[in-house]
Amino acid sequence: MAMISQLLASTLRLSTPLIFAAMGGMLSERSGVINIALEGLMLMGALGAAVGTVATHSPWLGLLIGMGAGLAMAFIYALLVIPFRANQIVAGMAINMLALGLTPFLCKMLYGVTGSTPQISYPEQFHSAPLYLAWIVVGLCWYLMKFTPAGLWLGFAGEHPEALEAAGIPANRIRWLAVLASGVLAGAGGATLSTFLSSSFARNMAAGRGFMALAALIFGKWRPIPAALACVLFGFADAAQIQLQGVKFRGAEVPVQFIQILPYLVTILVLAGFVGRARAPKALGKHFSTANERE
Amino acid sequence: MISSGSEVAVELRGITKQFGSVLANAGVDLRVEPGTIQGLIGENGAGKSTAMKILYGLYRPDSGHILIRGQPQVWSSPRDAIAQGIGMVHQHFMLAGPYSALDNIILGAEGEGRGGRERRGSRVEGRGQPSGAMRREGAPDPRPPTLVRAWGILGRKHARERLEALAAQYRLSVDWEAPIEQLPVGIQQRVEILKLLYHRADVLILDEPTAVLTPQETNDLFANLKKLRDEGKTIIFVTHKLKEVMAFTDRVTVFRGGSVVGEALTSQTSPQELADLMVGRKVVLNVQAPPTQATGKAALEVEALVVSGTRGATHRVSNVTFSVRSGEIVGIAGVEGNGQSELLQALLHPREPQCRKAGRISITGMDVTQMTAREIRNLGVSLIPEDRLHEGLLPEWPLRDNFLLGLQHSAAFNRAGFICSSNLQAAAAKAVNEYDVRPANLALSAGNLSGGNQQKLIVAREFERRPKLLIAAQPTRGVDVGATEFIHRRIIKARDEGAGVLLVSSELEEIMALSDRILVMYEGRIAGEFAKGNFSESLLGLRMGGG
Ligand SMILES: Nc1ncnc2c1ncn2[C@@H]1O[C@H](COP(=O)(O)OP(=O)(O)OP(=O)(O)O)[C@@H](O)[C@H]1O
Ligand SMILES: [Mg+2]
Repeated sequence: MAMISQLLASTLRLSTPLIFAAMGGMLSERSGVINIALEGLMLMGALGAAVGTVATHSPWLGLLIGMGAGLAMAFIYALLVIPFRANQIVAGMAINMLALGLTPFLCKMLYGVTGSTPQISYPEQFHSAPLYLAWIVVGLCWYLMKFTPAGLWLGFAGEHPEALEAAGIPANRIRWLAVLASGVLAGAGGATLSTFLSSSFARNMAAGRGFMALAALIFGKWRPIPAALACVLFGFADAAQIQLQGVKFRGAEVPVQFIQILPYLVTILVLAGFVGRARAPKALGKHFSTANERE
Repeated sequence: MISSGSEVAVELRGITKQFGSVLANAGVDLRVEPGTIQGLIGENGAGKSTAMKILYGLYRPDSGHILIRGQPQVWSSPRDAIAQGIGMVHQHFMLAGPYSALDNIILGAEGEGRGGRERRGSRVEGRGQPSGAMRREGAPDPRPPTLVRAWGILGRKHARERLEALAAQYRLSVDWEAPIEQLPVGIQQRVEILKLLYHRADVLILDEPTAVLTPQETNDLFANLKKLRDEGKTIIFVTHKLKEVMAFTDRVTVFRGGSVVGEALTSQTSPQELADLMVGRKVVLNVQAPPTQATGKAALEVEALVVSGTRGATHRVSNVTFSVRSGEIVGIAGVEGNGQSELLQALLHPREPQCRKAGRISITGMDVTQMTAREIRNLGVSLIPEDRLHEGLLPEWPLRDNFLLGLQHSAAFNRAGFICSSNLQAAAAKAVNEYDVRPANLALSAGNLSGGNQQKLIVAREFERRPKLLIAAQPTRGVDVGATEFIHRRIIKARDEGAGVLLVSSELEEIMALSDRILVMYEGRIAGEFAKGNFSESLLGLRMGGG
């Protein structure tokens, strides 16, 4: 019994960063911009939050700084793919690699050690707030997409930007805002990695969670609530993996590396099994230029 | 009307617009009086859509002026035009498939449903606008989208109430909650019109609104447009159908080569005069095919073809049998949606169970039911597809590559797996010239051609294959009168050179002028067959309606 409630609690905790990132991805992709850069945005957020917390002794200020770091990276991404019309997959990968290299470099500059920040003491860490915050964000995203003009514009930017433009609303401006917002949310997701799930930043700490969030988003058909539930599924796989470590099979201990595969395996199975049936926003990945720019 | 005695609802003065090397508008002058229906006609690429998009604020003119009720306007986006009561239904609908009809309508006018409350006394923010005093009663919110608006609530309930009132007034009811993609085109058109009414437009621009409508839907549309005109709204509509111009407009303006070349009261002109003015030479409006000289073996045989419906309940095509011999044109007449599209899909993809449930199809004597589309095309089949943007062209690719489409394996262009680009260049250049695709720039992407020129490009490609069987679906949809004449002559020429031609069209005149034999499709069945000389418009119309 205790084991089950522990598993559930751990599931919710571990799904928190995924939920933030998936909501960020949702905003960006529903507006028509593929966001494979979530991974890199999370890394930036994780570092920003750790540095911020160490410096200010407040996880909340740390979170803010983490979101700012995600925002800054998202700004570069948006710049590449909206006005400069770079391929969104390639630019997204570039952002991920940039973040992968930049974060240890910044650590070295700041603390003289590559790859990690100093430990954050227990009272300065988050204990449960991000978990609630994540679900509040899910609720807000749901409300945004369903009931507000902003959500309708966002959806049209990804579905039929010409129609949005013809209705007098500049589609690329909406995309800009959506990508920046996705940087803030993915940054918050990263922040929970370093200040909520652990107590410092570590090299490549996102470990594919940005991609997992993207998978959850696709699994959830680009809709906030189903995507969040998919994050919980991946969180569960992660929690189960931790519980299963050290398990014995026919007397021998199963190598931990095998067990650690579990969340990734679930991701692959889910993607292979369901993606075909999901319908992406129609203009996803397509550049849009107004007739006046196109000349 | 508050506006002081001005007689002109809309005026364009010397509008010029250049796209790269193409001068789309070269000094367009246009005046439209309030409370009239103004027809706009002109060849493909004459610049009609461009001028209308400028009037709607989508394109910024390089030079020239726009005046609304006598006041000069400078527009930075359609929002400014919408605020002045301009509305437009575009040649390609501006609707997003997964969203409901309601959401598509309220887009950009969220909060409109709450009556007039927040609208009065608001600032006009566009640059260089004279004053807010010119705004009419009941005009939409002229404010740009603000943060407050964006985060407000959509107000679907109020919107729906207002829409239901509008729908009742104009008898335009729509299933508000249904996703747009599930509604037939005729209803989508209705949604576009409702959008304008909802946005309180009083200048309505319609760019080829009837190209995709059935005759019944066209009549309904025009009944409504007349009603709107009688209420004082101004309507500008672009079309290639001279019959519609004659029947429904008050005045007509003719475009050629980017400028206005003529204007007339509809009652004082004739279709022939308009056509000649449009093209700049004498046009034969209705090319009549002489009866066929010699018919040979069967080019296409269809036997007991059955296509099941999407839900399996009713058959889209049930038990259809007919043949097309080489050297004859067989026309398939019928109101759209009676199984013609499904029949065409079955001919091209006979292996797919959802395209063909049962029945035999042979082409030039060969059973094709197990062949791939490529094998079928290699038998000498040419196709002018119904939906040119999706099935006939790669809109983002240049003209040259679009000309190659489907010919990439042919010996003429393929050397051991490599495309011989000099041959391609030469052949494409020759075809584009011969078929008068404008502009004749092989590097331009096909999506930037005007609708009619896209069609000519497809026609050029398909006729250059020297087909044994030509399947032409709606070959002149959206095509101007000059090009229509040209395409009709080509179809007759292909027949005289021995091709069998299957012509599917919802234009009765086209079917009657060209066909050696006519089959009428009604609810998935062949409801009548007529030989040349044995049909009249009224008889065919009767059969098409199931009589
Ligand atoms: N966005 C664009 N980029 C480049 N060229 C364009 C663009 N839009 C239009 N053109 C060119 O401008 C010319 C005028 O096009 P327009 O669409 O106004 O013609 P149209 O009179 O509406 O023709 P149709 O009857 O075939 O619709 C054409 O030669 C077209 O190729
Ligand atoms: Mg046009």
